Amino acid sequence: MAVPPEAGEAALSGSAPIRKPSSAVDAIVIRFAGDSGDGMQLAGMNFTTESALAGNDIATVPDFPAEIRAPAGTLAGVSAFQLNFSSREVFTAGDEPNAMVAMNPAALKANVDDLPSNGILIVDKEAFSEANLKKAGYNTNPLTDGSLDKYQLFQVDVTKLTTLALHDTGLNNRAVMRCRNLFVLGLVSWLYQRPIDSTVLSLEAKFKKTPDLLDANLKALKAGYNYGDTTELFASSYQVPAAKIAPGFYRNITGNAALSLGLVAAAVKANRPLFLGAYPITPASDILHELAAFKNFPVYTLQAEDEIAGVGSAIGAAFGGAIAVTCTAGPGMDLKEEAIGLAVKAELPLVICDIQRAGPSTGMPTKPEQADLLMAMYGRHGESPLPIIAASSVTDCFDAAYEAVRLAVKYMTPVILMTDALLATGAEPWLVPNPDQLKPIEVNFWTEPEGFKPYLRDEETLRRPWAIPGTPGLEHRIGGLSTEHLTGNVSYSPSNNEMMARLRARKIAGITREIAPTEILGDPSGGDLVVVGWGSTFGTIRQAVKEARAKGKKVSQIHLRHLNPLPADFGDALRKFKKVMVAEMNLGQLLKMIRAEYLIDAFGYNKIQGRPFKVSEIGNRIVRALEA
Amino acid sequence: MATALTRKDFTSDEEVRWCPGCGDYAILAQVQKVMPELGVKRENTVFISGIGCSSRFPYYMNTYGFHTIHGRAPAIATGLKISRPELDVWVVTGDGDGLSIGGNHLIHVLRRNVDLNILLFNNRIYGLTKGQYSPTSEPGKVTKSTPFGSVDFPFNPITVALGAHATFVARTIDVEQKHLGEMLRRAHSHRGAAFVEILQNCNIFNDGAFNDVSDKAIKSEHQLILQHGKPLVFGKNRDRGIRMNGMRPEVVKLGANDASETDLVVHDETNLALAFMLGNFEPPMPTPVGVFYAIARPTYDAAMNDQLKDAAAKQGAGDLGKLLRRGDTWTVS
Repeated sequence: MAVPPEAGEAALSGSAPIRKPSSAVDAIVIRFAGDSGDGMQLAGMNFTTESALAGNDIATVPDFPAEIRAPAGTLAGVSAFQLNFSSREVFTAGDEPNAMVAMNPAALKANVDDLPSNGILIVDKEAFSEANLKKAGYNTNPLTDGSLDKYQLFQVDVTKLTTLALHDTGLNNRAVMRCRNLFVLGLVSWLYQRPIDSTVLSLEAKFKKTPDLLDANLKALKAGYNYGDTTELFASSYQVPAAKIAPGFYRNITGNAALSLGLVAAAVKANRPLFLGAYPITPASDILHELAAFKNFPVYTLQAEDEIAGVGSAIGAAFGGAIAVTCTAGPGMDLKEEAIGLAVKAELPLVICDIQRAGPSTGMPTKPEQADLLMAMYGRHGESPLPIIAASSVTDCFDAAYEAVRLAVKYMTPVILMTDALLATGAEPWLVPNPDQLKPIEVNFWTEPEGFKPYLRDEETLRRPWAIPGTPGLEHRIGGLSTEHLTGNVSYSPSNNEMMARLRARKIAGITREIAPTEILGDPSGGDLVVVGWGSTFGTIRQAVKEARAKGKKVSQIHLRHLNPLPADFGDALRKFKKVMVAEMNLGQLLKMIRAEYLIDAFGYNKIQGRPFKVSEIGNRIVRALEA
Repeated sequence: MATALTRKDFTSDEEVRWCPGCGDYAILAQVQKVMPELGVKRENTVFISGIGCSSRFPYYMNTYGFHTIHGRAPAIATGLKISRPELDVWVVTGDGDGLSIGGNHLIHVLRRNVDLNILLFNNRIYGLTKGQYSPTSEPGKVTKSTPFGSVDFPFNPITVALGAHATFVARTIDVEQKHLGEMLRRAHSHRGAAFVEILQNCNIFNDGAFNDVSDKAIKSEHQLILQHGKPLVFGKNRDRGIRMNGMRPEVVKLGANDASETDLVVHDETNLALAFMLGNFEPPMPTPVGVFYAIARPTYDAAMNDQLKDAAAKQGAGDLGKLLRRGDTWTVS
């Protein structure tokens, strides 16, 4: 739906004539940076939607502080949102921005080093007051001391212009200041020729109950757009042509939202209620928020008293026949491990979503890391194997969650689903699947008393029956104590204990039958180097390997979805390459597993800065590895 | 027509492994006896426990059962009851399991008022780990882990439950079979979290901890049996009672000092202040047994299921296709 053009506002519609020259570029990476109260995430998300609607392929990465409102104007309070929009296929949110918006000196200081020479830098001139400069730790004003000379610096009177545009709204100064992000969004929308219709719609929805705020936000948005069009500030605007994107129905979605939908989809396909037991924790809480809204499916969400009760309640629901899930991040995983061990022993289906963040301990709660892998593998006492699945992109969170439920139910086992802070909060266009084309998830509760034994095993999968309370004639007891094969009665028999441990291990190892043959991206016959990764690094490695191959390097990529069990042919695939490099956001955890499992002399490339790899970092490491 | 169930129907084939003489036997026997009287179906009955001597309980009940991990039974039971509200879910726990490692879950399940029957076997000692003091052990208690006497101040299970705003709080005694059965029936008929403290003798590590209220020779001098609407009278000859002296309760001898039954406090199960006062009775005051407190309050499980039903009524049953296609969407052709 287009915004009805009003007098003098014809330029606002995307199809309206453009008065200034516009040059075409392949791709743009833009970063919005401001105080955490400046609404940078909102501006970024709306700009993302505008770009998606303009037909670009996009990837985003938000970067916000753990503190919701750190003191205004300080470095600790800087919040940023980066978007890569392109006429080509996009794998990452971009190494470095071409353009940056800095709403105050702190935002500038925290981000400007990432902007390359000649990059576009837009600042709110009035925010560079003496007080704000001091808070950010500037001794001199960077706008005047020449330190920003290497950039295309645009000093815009954002505060003044927003105030002027809203002078007749009757809003107080504080409310006016909160509209500055819309002014900037309007300006940037003009600069990159994005139609703002979608932002208008989203504002209308957001401020449905506060028409005065809607009016103010729209005024600020339009003022910014018109300012770009009419002033002499920018010589031209830029256009990123539409990308060649597979036809279909798309939706802009974050990883946590996609994961939540994957869980709902799986429960619907299984024809069982979904139960989430969870305790709020960054960056997993959005899963709780998302699912809490889907009650009619039905979805039960329990905000538990702690992490242990979160997983505990899910185990109870699994015993009762629900599709049971808990979600958390590292500190919560630590607390849940004992209960997960119970689910391993009791052989109940359960999905544990670990939205990894930088650790150890509280670490950097909003920043990504991949250092929970060995905890997922080995973090429980005793022999306690379970399947581990990792999502490789924002939209893959849907598929990975769906697969986690499918395996949990099919094999009567807890499954750990791993994503990270980057995927959780990042947004991407998602080709919405047709529910009819999702793999079936069959739940067959045992109902026949004749021949029932709680630990009778299916010959192929080795799963035990799912016999839920309420079924006459199947009354039985399960628990954490070592139990006898078939009957499930408490047993301290030494040989029985080993047999049961081996049966559970074989059950999990047998899941290789569910795993597709290892896909080698590049040259399936082998080559000089393979870069192995898992999780959110997929896009970055993909781009780096593509670029290296374009330069004639014999390098390929293998990215793992299943971390336990590993694909049956994975070792053979690795052996096709002279060198194996494992790139991970930890100090070498998958690397350890590969070396232990296959006796392959793989080496690691590691980064634990709470930031994703850059394409250039992987690319440079590939070059060094090939030269070595 | 189905034949009526008997105690035997609720007895599982697992060998009972408590120490000979343990108070748990008496509790198990009474629970198995009461079950058929409750008119419940075995298949709809679930016993969930944590870790400890008491937590072996589910293995011996021929119902559904889940012996879980230390302290977490209330959380696991909550998940089951919410998602399967038609089930009759019992939690069996002890003073260590329920008040120490699982104290958090216990208070939260009580404040939420999840419709569970919670039996806390209180023997004031750790039995399974062979004799350390527990969070209900008396100050000064000498045990393996406190050779110089415990310096811990104990929890009182009744006032903990009342403090968590439990809607049903009762106390009974392992060997008082009739009273125990009555409390089980009351707990079961209560909608919401029903908390029953069962004073239970550990004859190995803390023998005689409750002799004053369980020894036939002296118990009537120390037991104050609570009955709703009845004056607080106790004693072998029912010759003593509880009277308020200003804001403080006192024991008075009936017939002497001009005290008569009409001067006594009349028990009211719906009076939280009274329940707290009685819950805090310690020797030389008599030990109250019976229902301290019982009120009606909406249960968490019913409220949540009502929300789900309301959502389905207002929004219609979940439509996956529509759900996936919500939000910021566009078509690429």
